[in-house]
Amino acid sequence: MKRKTKIDAEEGQQALLVTREFDLPLELLFKAYVEPDIVEQWMGTKVLKLENKNHGGYRFVTTDPQGNKHGFNGVIHEFIPDRKITRTFEMENTPFSVQLEFLEFEKLTDTTSRLRMHIVFRSVADRDQILQLPFAQGVNMAHNRLQDVVHQLMDHQ
Amino acid sequence: MNLRRDVFQAIADPTRRAILLLVASQSMTAGAIASNFDTARPTVSKHLQILTECELLKPEQNGREIHYHLNPQKLKEIADFIEPFRTLWDDRFNKLESIMKKYQSKQ
Repeated sequence: MKRKTKIDAEEGQQALLVTREFDLPLELLFKAYVEPDIVEQWMGTKVLKLENKNHGGYRFVTTDPQGNKHGFNGVIHEFIPDRKITRTFEMENTPFSVQLEFLEFEKLTDTTSRLRMHIVFRSVADRDQILQLPFAQGVNMAHNRLQDVVHQLMDHQ
Repeated sequence: MNLRRDVFQAIADPTRRAILLLVASQSMTAGAIASNFDTARPTVSKHLQILTECELLKPEQNGREIHYHLNPQKLKEIADFIEPFRTLWDDRFNKLESIMKKYQSKQ
């Protein structure tokens, strides 16, 4: 069965809920968030620091296709193995404010699990801008006139 | 052969975007649409077929003529800016899942 990622972003709210069910036992899902070399593989990033404990911190650096480096970091507030990670997330050298993330890991069956990632932003505007980043990048890369066309078309409706 | 058309692929083509803009103001027949382009008529028909397959255009029988009009519902889908964000996470999580499955089988 194909499991799909679900995004709940209610209008006018500064929070976001990302939910995903995995065909993995809970322990393996959690491990993917804890082992630096595994995090590097699926996040496509370099892990400079990852302290999995209360009051720990982390720092990742990603290199984009143009060779530019982007840093991400945060503080781990709460770390409960196989259950919960509460942390902040900040994109370095961007105008975006730090965000607060509540990650909840849940066992569904012996071989399946669920992750709920509740993200709280500083403002509604911040959330909407971050939601739009991949959209904007997609538009720029593949169909840079898409947005214009959609807007023109919408104006006609 | 699977001819499922991707909406984004459909609007990546400049002629098809021009067709959508034309039809946005009023529904038109294939002939009327083609008369706006220097392109050969069969080429325009092919574009119309692609736009119809991905439901951006809807053909409507009007007496003996077929009028093409815009499908606003499908346009909204493109305008749904959350979808690329969702896809980004979906891809990441798919990767996580396949990496951990390999990891599991190595244990």
